Order: sequence, then structure tokens, then C-alpha cells
Amino acid sequence: MKLFDKYTGILLGLALFAGLLVAGISCTGETTTTTSSPTATQPPVTTTTPAVTTTPASTDVAPLPAKARFRVATTTSLYDTGLWGYLEPMFEKKYDVEVDILSLGSGAAFEYGKRGDVDVVTIHDKPNELKFVSDNFGVERVPFAYNYFLIVGPPGDPAGIKGMNPEDAFKKLMATGEGTFVSRGDNSGTHSMEKTIWTNAGFNYADVQKAGAWYVESGLGMGPTLNLANEKHGYTLADMATYVAFKAKLNLVPIVDKGSLLLNVYSVIAVNPEKVTVVKNIKMANNLVSFLTSPEIQELIGKYGAKEYGIQLFTPCAGNEPKG
Amino acid sequence: MTELWNGLLKALELIVTFNPEVMAIAGLSLRIAVTSTLLAAIICLPLGSLVHFKQFHGKRVLISLIQTFYSVPTVTVGLLVFVLFSRSGPLGGLNLLFTPTVMILGQVLLVSPILVGLTVSALSGVDRTVTDTARSLGASGRQTAFLILKEARFAVMAALVLGFGRAISEVGLALMVGGNIKGFTRVLTTAISLETSKGDWELSMALGIILIIIALVINVVLNRIQQRR
Repeated sequence: MKLFDKYTGILLGLALFAGLLVAGISCTGETTTTTSSPTATQPPVTTTTPAVTTTPASTDVAPLPAKARFRVATTTSLYDTGLWGYLEPMFEKKYDVEVDILSLGSGAAFEYGKRGDVDVVTIHDKPNELKFVSDNFGVERVPFAYNYFLIVGPPGDPAGIKGMNPEDAFKKLMATGEGTFVSRGDNSGTHSMEKTIWTNAGFNYADVQKAGAWYVESGLGMGPTLNLANEKHGYTLADMATYVAFKAKLNLVPIVDKGSLLLNVYSVIAVNPEKVTVVKNIKMANNLVSFLTSPEIQELIGKYGAKEYGIQLFTPCAGNEPKG
Repeated sequence: MTELWNGLLKALELIVTFNPEVMAIAGLSLRIAVTSTLLAAIICLPLGSLVHFKQFHGKRVLISLIQTFYSVPTVTVGLLVFVLFSRSGPLGGLNLLFTPTVMILGQVLLVSPILVGLTVSALSGVDRTVTDTARSLGASGRQTAFLILKEARFAVMAALVLGFGRAISEVGLALMVGGNIKGFTRVLTTAISLETSKGDWELSMALGIILIIIALVINVVLNRIQQRR
């Protein structure tokens, strides 16, 4: 307390002194050349450098230059469920690397990848993943786990869609206009899935957006969107993992949980250094791909959260497209 | 409402037990906000004085412009800094995106208009009779300026407090350019945002309370400095 007091005092004094100095000079009008506006101030804060001290353990390790950090952009559901937090230390230890994980919607994750601000993405948005790869931004789409999307809603089921397949459920929502539907509306993987269902149900998404007051776009992440649906006694499309994590806080139950369309596949894609020339960690990105699809990690993914939530959150699928 | 009460208890628990992760996050918040406010002060107090004491064309327009930037959304500043420091951006080679350093740079940009503008206001707020008296007693231009600055010091301090408040409480910029990376760029506000979206409202509330406690401590310290003078 005492020390901080002094430190702040000195710095504040310094700042005021600088102010006095310039003001004094300018007020007398003796000098016309102003020495103010110090540009390019480099903050004196040093970032913690990753500890790259120990020698690499195995041959496929790509040691990084001291300052570089390996960056992963992930969809929020893999992060918010704690799966990434669980796997990250294992990967860091195995490959002796400092991993930075950015938790975003899939739309934003692609954007970060295209700009080269991340080295690899873990997402769940198949149509856009395929486009990401065919546009050469991504090297290869490697599925590593899956679960299912659910349409959740109030236990009373005002629109009467319980047990239907997702396309028919959406058709009925549109026809009756009963019951609010809360859309993510944020270009996330879940939002992309919702659009796919509308298309398969025979609707133009732009028309859906204008369909009426019952269709609400939250523009929020999965958790806040579930809360919004809860407050409005509405339906929403949710990934299973986030719904399970939030279930205790919500008065929403699974309404539609059948249908091959609802398959939710998580993939890992390394950003292609040939197209995005600014990324530099392709070797480490490949390490992550083989890490996530390795038998040991696949087993851990399958078991993750089972005890805590009483349900399997992710089903491993080691590099293969699962069939609903 | 139970969240609020439980949040308070949780905050106490986290503080009393010196939870290392929370302490690290709070420490980073404090470090970034204090550094950026001080850096901004070193740049902006002289600039503000310059604007006040110099007579030039378009002064009023400039002041209006500066005051307009009080309202710039934090995410907009974040987006600007992001685009500049993205690996595909003009300063991408510096490799600063998603580091505490770039968060400080962003916050300096964010806080600067407030500090310049309020410095000008503080100096303008000094009673005209102070200047006149000093002049009539034969004070030089420089001496008068010193006197005005001395009179304005409380208002300048208030500007610093406000700037610090904006820096430590903003979330948009910290999230955008910091990335909320665990153990590296996660600060109190981005942690609150994350925990809220994860549904851990008690922890969110607790972190918010810790942030307010930090602000309280800072303000008490600054108050004591003021009273000593």
C-alpha cells in the first residue's frame, strides 16, 4: 500500500510536470517548435515469454521461436464445456509449446484463420468448413468428435412440435406462429445449422427472418441465447454440450432431438500456410490434428464430462465423418 | 437475486483465500489499466495544456471533436487496433495481437480523448480572476500558467480517475485485441463476460465485485495523495 502510494504519486507528479513544462513554454510564446506529441510510445510492459527450455521429447515436435505462441480459435461450445481447458495442458506438455486459445463463434474463427491470426481452428459448421478448405484457407477438414443439436423449449410445448423431426417442427412453427423461436443470428455454427434446417424445410432464410414477431434473433452466444429463450418461454436450437451445462438454470426441455440433420460434428482444420502466408506454425498445427485424433485423446474426449453431467457430451470419431 | 448474495460470498471467499488464478487476472487488469492511464496521461496532459493555452484557428472545432471521441465504442477502437495489428494488417509483423501490450496500446487510444478534453476543461475552469490577479501582480506568462495548472490539479486528477475507470471497466477492446486467453490476456472484464456465457453467474458477480473493490482502493489512494498536497 505504502509503496504503491509512492509509485503512483511519483508518476502522477511526472505527468503533471510534463504538462507544466509544455504549457509554460507555449504560454510565453517564446518557442514555436512544440516538442510535444510523443509518438510511438512503446509500453514498458514485457509479455511473459513461453518457456521453451526443455529439449523436444519426440521427433515430430516443431520448436517455436521464443516469442511465437501457437494459436487456436475454437467454437465456444468446446471451450465453455471445459473440454479445451482439459486438453490444453496435455498438448502443451507433450509438444512443449505455449497454446493460446481464443473462444469464438465459428464465423469469427474462420475470419481469424483467413487473416492468419490463428494457426488452427476447431469448429462445427460443415458447409463453411468445406468452403474454407476449398478456398484453400484450410489444409484439410478432420472431424474428431460429434454430438447432436437439440431444439429445446418450454415444457408446455405451445407450438406442439414435440417428437417431430426438425424440418417438420420448423414448418409447424412457421405455419402456426405459436411460440417464440430464438435464433443465435450470429453466423455461428449453430446458426448455420439452423439455416440448413430452414432450407431443408423448404423456406428461404431471408423470409424466415421477416416472418413475424415470433422469430427473434439474439445475436448472442449459446449460453445467453438459452437464457433469452428461457425468459421468453421460447424455443431455440442448441448444441447438446452447452444445453447440458446450462440445464440446471433453465426451464427448457428437449423438444426435438431426433433427425439425421441434427448431427453436430466438430472438426479441426489447420490454416494453410501456402494461401495464408503469414501463419508460421503449420507443423504444430499438424501436431494438434494428430493429437486430437490419437487413440488416447479420443478416449479422453469420449469420457469427458460424463461424470459431471451424467451424459456423454462428445462421441469421438477419429478423422471419420460420423453417420447420424 | 440469490446470485447477488452468493456472488458477494464467493467474492469474499476468492479474496480471503487468495485464489491464485483470480489474483493473477485481477493483477493483470490493474497493471494494464494503470499503465495505459499513466501513458495516456504523459501524452495527454501536455497536449491538453497546449490546446488550452495556445490560441489557434479551429480550436473550438478541435475541442468538439475531442469531446465527440468520449463516446467512441470500445469495440470500435478494438476493431481499429485489431485490423492494424492483425498478422495480415500493416503492423502484423510486430506480432503484438493478443498480447497485454496491444491491450495497453488500445486503452491509451481509448482513454486519450477523455484526458485531453478534461484537461482542457480543468484549465478553463480556473477562475478568470486568478489569471487577472496574477497578471496585475506582475506574473510572467509562464508563472501564470504554473498558477493555473496548480489551481486545476483537482480537476485534472478527476480526469485521471475517470480515464482509469474507463480503462479498467471496458470489455469490448480487451476481448477483441486481447482474445481473453487464459493465463495471458484474461482480465476481470473478459473473465466476467466468459463466465456469464458459461452460466457461472456467481463467479461473474464475484469478479465484478472484486473489480469494484480495486477501483475503491485506487480512489482512496488518490484521495489521500490529493489531501496531502
